[in-house]
Amino acid sequence: MGGPTRPTVAAAHDPPSQGTGAPGPDSPVLVEARHLSKSFPLRRGLFGRSGEVVHAVSDVTLDVRSGETLGVVGESGCGKSTLGRLLIRLIEPTAGEVIFDGRRLGDLPAREMRALRREMQIVFQDPYGSLEARMRVGAIVAEGIEIHRLASGAAKRERVDRLLEEVGLRPEHADRYPHEFSGGQRQRIGIARALAVGPRFLVLDEPVSALDVSVQAQVVNLLADLQARHGLTYFFVSHDLRVVAHLSHRIAVLYLGRVVELAPRDSLLATPLHPYTRALLEAVPEASPEARPAQPSVQGDPPSPVAPPSGCAFHPRCPFAEARCRVERPELLAGAGDRAVACHVFPAAP
Amino acid sequence: MSAGRPGGEAGAVTAPPPLLEIRDLAVEFSTPRGTVRVLDGVSLELARGATLGLVGESGSGKSVTALSILRLLDDNARIVRGEIRVDGEDVASMSDERLRRMRGGRVAMIFQEPATSLNPVFTAGFQVAETIRLHRGVSRREAREQAVEMLRLVEIPDPERRADSYPHELSGGMKQRVMIAIALSCGPELLVADEPTTALDVTIQAQILALLRDLKQRLGMSLLLITHDLGVVANEADEVAIFYCGRVVERAATRELFARPAHPYTAALLASLPRLRRRAERLVAIPGVVPDLRRLPSGCRFRDRCVQARERCAVEDPSLRPAPGGTGLVACHFPLEATAGVA
Repeated sequence: MGGPTRPTVAAAHDPPSQGTGAPGPDSPVLVEARHLSKSFPLRRGLFGRSGEVVHAVSDVTLDVRSGETLGVVGESGCGKSTLGRLLIRLIEPTAGEVIFDGRRLGDLPAREMRALRREMQIVFQDPYGSLEARMRVGAIVAEGIEIHRLASGAAKRERVDRLLEEVGLRPEHADRYPHEFSGGQRQRIGIARALAVGPRFLVLDEPVSALDVSVQAQVVNLLADLQARHGLTYFFVSHDLRVVAHLSHRIAVLYLGRVVELAPRDSLLATPLHPYTRALLEAVPEASPEARPAQPSVQGDPPSPVAPPSGCAFHPRCPFAEARCRVERPELLAGAGDRAVACHVFPAAP
Repeated sequence: MSAGRPGGEAGAVTAPPPLLEIRDLAVEFSTPRGTVRVLDGVSLELARGATLGLVGESGSGKSVTALSILRLLDDNARIVRGEIRVDGEDVASMSDERLRRMRGGRVAMIFQEPATSLNPVFTAGFQVAETIRLHRGVSRREAREQAVEMLRLVEIPDPERRADSYPHELSGGMKQRVMIAIALSCGPELLVADEPTTALDVTIQAQILALLRDLKQRLGMSLLLITHDLGVVANEADEVAIFYCGRVVERAATRELFARPAHPYTAALLASLPRLRRRAERLVAIPGVVPDLRRLPSGCRFRDRCVQARERCAVEDPSLRPAPGGTGLVACHFPLEATAGVA
């Protein structure tokens, strides 16, 4: 399981409580995105379509390795949430495909796809909006168990109790309603619901972003524990680089629907290559006494995903842009150290 | 820059009074389920030209404090005790006319959601100009010209053209710049910024914070910065007040607070943060949840989540006192000792 060829990303850099050694380049791939694109027709005003489209995700190719947390960062509109939904086929891609455990999701008959849903689940940001308010917590958690006919009667009830305990709630909470719980507890319910069907792959879409600081750490630790206990694979989407950096083995940086850099966490943090990655890192305010003000290292706003700039989409904001960057789109090219960068000026070392 | 203070008594050699002084402020909300005391004895000071950061989790009272300063609390809220002085003048006893002149005059405020604070049917330039016209009594044309200058001041590119943009044509960052332009258009001495960057992306947040830092310097303003993000205050504030359940539990110079937190809650908050540059193997979470303000524990409000709580904490409510071995204030019976080896 461990990655003997990549000692740099082993033990010392493990995210919390990694039992069997960090997944590395040799770990089996669980989910593959191949040239994945998704565009949405743009609605303008009151009257339907304008004919324009938003390119939410453009030609994304990446692997999620079994047992890893692949963190995905980027600013609003970069397509990170859309990418997560594409990976578990909550939405259909406009182009490209997703391969889950060797199976092309697009080719699967509906019945097989339904069965495969057990393996892939999602936890949403908003613990308030994503739980059915009129259902008791026990019924919310049991729903997947019923749909997939995993247990019934007393066995089902026991399974729900165990799940609640596993996420730090109590069995008697099953009889209560979501509004009776705090934000952190509701997020635990959302996690229990996702775990109920025994998934291998979880898309975590901003799972702690709505929570207060003191509660955020509880849920982050819970996610780390669950991964270690069940060997789960996480696709962790967040706008908060600090949380992503804490939990992830590798980090993908998205800009306007494309992956601009993908690297093991520590290399990405220590030596970011893409100018956008650097800008993101420099902008993160750190809570330490020796903190220096976060630097606005890029000017202006991200361009519209309706009409992305030519060449490299980052070139209008990039302090290093050359003539080539304006016309030629850089490919995401893999290099040494398990890294990949899409930049003409700062490519990954071969 | 404390230029032009009127009425300085001839013989007084003492330090000038702080620009903002809050003493023992208590605020109650009446709700369908009874009265809730959301602030209970908050005292703060903000010196001229300085930045004070108010930090706390949701419901801790930091925003209520900010709104109280401008008497912008909702109708169901009532100040039951304490005083708020801006430039020595009591806000609570101000006439409506004086209050109106203070708002957007000596004291201005910006909010988290610039989108909801701007009027969607007027251009950015018009909204800045209206504020200028109201407070400076200049002609429409002059106001328009000054508005363009304000937009230039907040570094909106191509301000002549942008002045004609409607809010929906502007990005979140640009909208917040317009809000700052409106807030600054009457030369406030104090800017109250309530989570001004929370709704923005991190690169835009860095731009707005840098802008505020720069403007504060150039205009000699004081800044009251309300945020839940300890990273933001660490970078921006000279002093920090940590709120918990309607109380200030610790106040200290920023560097000292982050290097040697005295209140167990402050220390626990800092330990629970994921960090980019000094990563922990595991986050140290604070157990439990923030208590309901209607069902606060006896004694210290943090005690049932505090790892160092002892018997005394359950019976005696700690008041804000000088922190041992530090220069700040802490509300704890057993404050953390200052440890050696400070950065």
